[in-house]
Amino acid sequence: MKILIAGHGKVGATLARQLSAEGSDITLIDSDPEVLEEGLQQYDVMTVSGNCAVKDTLLQAGVETADLLIAVTGTDEVNLLTCVTAHSLNPKLHTIARVRNPEYSDQIYEMRDVFALSMMVNPEKQAAAEIERLLKYPGFLKLDTFAKGRVEIAELRIEEGSKLCDVPLCRVSEIVRCKILICAVLRGGEVITPAGDFVLSEGDRIFVTAPMNNLSALMKNLGILKRRVRNVLISGGGRTSFYLADQLEKNGIDVKIIEKDRARCVLLAALLPTANIVAGDASSQPMLESEGLTTFDAVVSLTGMDEVNMVISLFAHSHGVPQIITKIGRVEDSRMLDSLPLGSIISPKDLCCSSIVRYVRAMRNQTGAAKAVHFIADGKAEAIEFRVDKETLHAGEPLRNFKLRKNVLIAAITHGKTTVIPDGNSAFMPGDTVIVVSNGSNRIYQLNDIFA
Amino acid sequence: MNYKTMGRILSQILILEAIFMIPSLCFALYDGTFVTAVAFGVTIAGTLLAAGVLYLLCRKAENALRAGEGMICVSLSWVFMSLIGALPFVISGEIPHFIDAFFEMVSGFTTTGASVVADVEVLSRAVLYWRSFSHWLGGMGVLVFLLAIAPSAEKNGGFTMHLLRAESPGPNVSKLVPRMKQTAVILYLLYIVLTVVDFLFLIAGRMPVFEAICTAFGTAGTGGFGIKADSLASHTPYIQNVTTVFMLLFGVNFSCYHLLLLKQFKSVFKNEELRLYVGIVAGSIALIVWNLRGVYGTIGETLRHAAFQVASIITTTGFATTDFNLWPEFSKAILLCLMVIGACAGSTGGGMKCARVLLLVKTLRRNIRLTLRPQRVEVIRSDGQAVDERVITSTGMYLAAYVMIVFLSFLLLSLDKFSFTTNFSAVFACFNNIGPGLDAVGPIANYGGYSVLSKLVLITDMLAGRLEIFPILALLSRSTWKHA
Repeated sequence: MKILIAGHGKVGATLARQLSAEGSDITLIDSDPEVLEEGLQQYDVMTVSGNCAVKDTLLQAGVETADLLIAVTGTDEVNLLTCVTAHSLNPKLHTIARVRNPEYSDQIYEMRDVFALSMMVNPEKQAAAEIERLLKYPGFLKLDTFAKGRVEIAELRIEEGSKLCDVPLCRVSEIVRCKILICAVLRGGEVITPAGDFVLSEGDRIFVTAPMNNLSALMKNLGILKRRVRNVLISGGGRTSFYLADQLEKNGIDVKIIEKDRARCVLLAALLPTANIVAGDASSQPMLESEGLTTFDAVVSLTGMDEVNMVISLFAHSHGVPQIITKIGRVEDSRMLDSLPLGSIISPKDLCCSSIVRYVRAMRNQTGAAKAVHFIADGKAEAIEFRVDKETLHAGEPLRNFKLRKNVLIAAITHGKTTVIPDGNSAFMPGDTVIVVSNGSNRIYQLNDIFA
Repeated sequence: MNYKTMGRILSQILILEAIFMIPSLCFALYDGTFVTAVAFGVTIAGTLLAAGVLYLLCRKAENALRAGEGMICVSLSWVFMSLIGALPFVISGEIPHFIDAFFEMVSGFTTTGASVVADVEVLSRAVLYWRSFSHWLGGMGVLVFLLAIAPSAEKNGGFTMHLLRAESPGPNVSKLVPRMKQTAVILYLLYIVLTVVDFLFLIAGRMPVFEAICTAFGTAGTGGFGIKADSLASHTPYIQNVTTVFMLLFGVNFSCYHLLLLKQFKSVFKNEELRLYVGIVAGSIALIVWNLRGVYGTIGETLRHAAFQVASIITTTGFATTDFNLWPEFSKAILLCLMVIGACAGSTGGGMKCARVLLLVKTLRRNIRLTLRPQRVEVIRSDGQAVDERVITSTGMYLAAYVMIVFLSFLLLSLDKFSFTTNFSAVFACFNNIGPGLDAVGPIANYGGYSVLSKLVLITDMLAGRLEIFPILALLSRSTWKHA
């Protein structure tokens, strides 16, 4: 598939790497030749320098024969103009634009036909939705929803003295007294798709699949169930903070935002009538203490600087705040971050990329293709949702009768309204939804790719 | 230095070379020249064994090379390829001295076509074929061939770009399509199709099949090795004209052919480098025809010889239909200028390349205007696109390195007994990958008389000329081999 990526920033680069490795032909467009040269040396791609909203540049990049355009430059208006221009040159083109300005986001969704948009991504809004979910289910580092919300993959860290410490996987169900499946373990930066005799140890981050209600049971039986979050302290008043505060307000959770820029505070105060807006430097520790840091159920660090976010979260941890969420822009190597008590780490960039990659995969193969893809374990493993159809092999056979490829496992089977955490006797039927977890060593495009 | 990755690429190149020697082995067996067959057989077996061991040692290398490592990898590949390619000549005894055989092989791969062999007609068909085939392979580049066929190219990141840049000629090498593998495949397909068409035209002119193969290889790679002592002089005007046209075609940037296939005729027609190339060719032919009036019988014959020699020199092929050493001084001077200018970037030809000449002229004009009005700000454009200042600087540096190497080589060559013209034209002819020079290295003479030192200098010149100086300079530079 031929894909044009306009704007070679952080998101553009991640998409170029991911999509090029998956076999798409990528052309990068950017106005800065130096940035393009970097891309050219890192990935097997072609580059065109120029303004991506200009016809000549798009023609030079081969828009007429392209299948998809992804506009991720720094400016919303340029992204939209690029999509409109490109679509006028090639009516069959699919277009994805990144639009971040909260003032635009609702109207543009309504006007997506006018702008010829196939999809719109808003990293900050996605991040806010993700944070909101984490606040709803405290105790987990991360949650991914599949099968229209019926299956969740939750991330947990095995803390010192946890009931799961030094326990082989086959005995986990006895301890937690409900049916769950540990589909991946992140240990020392490596992802393991574990077998029954695998023994958990302290510091492991585990990825658990379970139907929704079992997860609460899991938390209760592990003794780590925390009370519902009633108030949240947000440091930084950027776009993500706005989306998050807006959503939390609607759910009746008290919000306090600390933002440095007074003008921005005034704007936020106007937009968020019930939120508590404080003008001040959130990285100053006396400031945090005087704002009553210890009285909050959760602290979310969302300033524009990764290092400031990390310091705030560490400070909150040292004061015993029960739930901490940290926004990190660059998650290139997370081994370093793992050793710090930063709570859940959210990267808007990664969320945005994985939703675009999901779209591309769905485009590539209409039947049997992934319905949803989530990168888990810092992008080292992926959980993919497939629908079983008539073409699928081994439908109706118990799982123990056939072998899957190495490092691949079936994490859940959803049949109608019931979700099954599979064992050797389970089987899937046409029409079911299957969630597959793989550590990414073999690319899986279709459900049939998982069989050995 | 990422020695393992470089070792793996080198081993793959050598395995390819051994495979490409098999047709020569077949020729030797078919002709019953036993010694030559043994020579090729031993070389193939030895190379496969050595390269196989190297591959096993380096097979787990990561897929990553930095820019400098890419350059070193390309120059090392070319040196080793030539060393191994020279072995059959020595073992078979057809070119007994190793340094001569090495010279001949480097001359083959760099598509120079300068020979040390006094009478090529005594060489066996196997050796003649291998000499000509080396032109064909060297013309488009063996690493590009590897990129086209290597299955791993799909998974590689962008580092293969460094290999393409180091091996393909021109100031600003870019891909034709997003995938490196596909780019290489397109280049080689165009190359193969053009070569086959040339071959068919030659066959239509009743050229013997073996000679047509060798001539087509020599034309396609813009090399110039023939299988006759008088090059193409004894052939019919038809064959000479066909060769003229195809030499000029192989001197055109291959991306133009790709654009033609995509039906973008307008951008090909407006290509500034192509226009300059056509202009220089037409102008030189006209001037030489005017200068040669009265030398040949008819105006038609004059035109044919003038066109052939101009095409042969500007594309740096080095075929000849007549001894241009006997032409008037003005015509010889024009040919010497054409030697320096060379063909288009991204073609199989050598020389400085029309694209660089164009950039240098534009930069020069800008600098003159800048001297008159220092406040003026101006961007250099090529085909309507602004040219990056770094490309302009590196083109200037290329010219500087070019001139220095020419003079240094000339100094070293002057230790030998030959005339000023001979030495100077020998350096030009080797450095620009042409082949024949003037006087004692003219079209009907050869390079056999030079001393070992001079031959080594000329070998370095040929490699530097083909790989466009910087990869070879990088190979010889001390800072490349320092740690940290």
